[in-house]
Amino acid sequence: MLAFVLTLVLLLLIVIVLAYAERKVAAFMQDRLGPTEAGPYGSLQSVLDVLKLLQKEDIVPAAADKSLFKLAPILIFAAVFAGFAVIPFTPDLVPAGIGIGVFYLLAIISLDVVGLLMAGWGSNNKYAMLGAMRSVAQIVSYEIPAGLAILSVVMVCQSLDFQEISYQQGVLMQIFPGLEYEANWLFGIEALGLETTNIGGITTWNIFRAPILLVAFVIYFIASLAESNRAPFDIPEAESELVAGFHVEYSGFRFAILFLAEYSMMVLVSLVAVILFLGSWNTPLPNIGPLQLANWTTGTIGELSSILWGGFWLLSKTFVLLFLQLQIRWTYPRLRVDQLMHLCWKVLTPIALGIVLLAGIWRLLMI
Amino acid sequence: MLFYIFAVLAILSGAYMVLTRNLLYAGFSLLITLLSIAGIYVLLFADFIAVTQLMVYVGGVLVLLLFGIMLSSRVHDKSVLSENVNTIWGTLVAGLIFVGLSYAILKANISSLPWLQTTELDVLGNQKSTVQSIGIKLMTDFVLPFELASLLLLMALMGAAYIATDKQKV
Repeated sequence: MLAFVLTLVLLLLIVIVLAYAERKVAAFMQDRLGPTEAGPYGSLQSVLDVLKLLQKEDIVPAAADKSLFKLAPILIFAAVFAGFAVIPFTPDLVPAGIGIGVFYLLAIISLDVVGLLMAGWGSNNKYAMLGAMRSVAQIVSYEIPAGLAILSVVMVCQSLDFQEISYQQGVLMQIFPGLEYEANWLFGIEALGLETTNIGGITTWNIFRAPILLVAFVIYFIASLAESNRAPFDIPEAESELVAGFHVEYSGFRFAILFLAEYSMMVLVSLVAVILFLGSWNTPLPNIGPLQLANWTTGTIGELSSILWGGFWLLSKTFVLLFLQLQIRWTYPRLRVDQLMHLCWKVLTPIALGIVLLAGIWRLLMI
Repeated sequence: MLFYIFAVLAILSGAYMVLTRNLLYAGFSLLITLLSIAGIYVLLFADFIAVTQLMVYVGGVLVLLLFGIMLSSRVHDKSVLSENVNTIWGTLVAGLIFVGLSYAILKANISSLPWLQTTELDVLGNQKSTVQSIGIKLMTDFVLPFELASLLLLMALMGAAYIATDKQKV
């Protein structure tokens, strides 16, 4: 219960910062100023936006399917928020450390799709319906390259547990029960004879442990943009054709929930990318001889220092990815539907299949 | 306690799914049925099965069903409604199956089965999930059914691709 409240509060804070960052980044990239009035440098803007949304009237269209219309935002947010249950925030803080976390996350996110269909149908509006259809088609197809990229990580790590995958990517590996006799090697190749178990830092991140995963990371990142309906994959919400996509009829609190769900999805996919590829809550600084940078910036397990360092590294890496998402949004134009499907089925999926095969071979080198 | 919540949810939503005339509502109540059955699987220590249920049925089959309903309806601006046919025969067959099943279950006297009394409560032991044992079993004892299933799926995939391709009229 405590984990539930803490995660929700943390998520709300991140989303508010992200909404502000989006407006500021957009403004700077377009040579504008962005919000300036509310608070210093407009920093209270998104807080006030939320307050405004909460005061607005909750309009339910007369011709809408009322029960579905009202239920849909809750279902969408619940599906995304349920994904946060398995995310490890620090070395010893994870809301629900189940053994098949990765698989669970993939499955629970697909619930989101049902909520989108519900919202699109319930609104009884052709823009909403088209938006929902496009969104679902896009999410369902991009789940495949994303899933394959994640699968290659799972093959290299031999685990479906997010926390175990996190421990493998740092100096604390041998503390985790079941990994006591494991060792990390440079690029994962034991034959090179360079052990990095106690060096840690960036040398034990998954993209470094098995460099093939760097390609998987790029595929996952592209697919995750599509799954969270971000530009350049934002045809479900294309303002110029569909007004706003599936949430065109929503207002007030329900719109706030949908907005929150969408940004939570961005945060969730970035967190997953960081955990699976970029070393999770591990520090990027390696131990170099007497300069024990990794140990200094990891803290002691079970004490406050490890919680603070772990949370700091996880969140800062996540924010870097989120910033990249914002930057891509304001850099690339929207893809057409046929280009979208071409990219998914004819480019990303074959490459991802190849990566899965190579990851299996790489794992043989690591033993 | 949790079991009864999930069981009641599954039964209620299942009954609603059968009784409602609106196909779309039936689809959405199928969602609740599938979720509560996944919950029951978790209570039975079958975490992998539960998540697979979510992945395959909710993420795949249900979405496909809803897509089908949505694409085929609203043609004449009304939702798709199902019709009642074969009322007498349907009731009769369903009733007979129900009577037969309850007779078999009551006769079976499940609580006195020998393996149930000797089994341990600690099903998982040292393992964190059932994935490992399922994987090993699939690759050793059940490798033939596993491969056959994958062959069947491949055939279905090829068939779907064949049906979906544009046939050029000669």
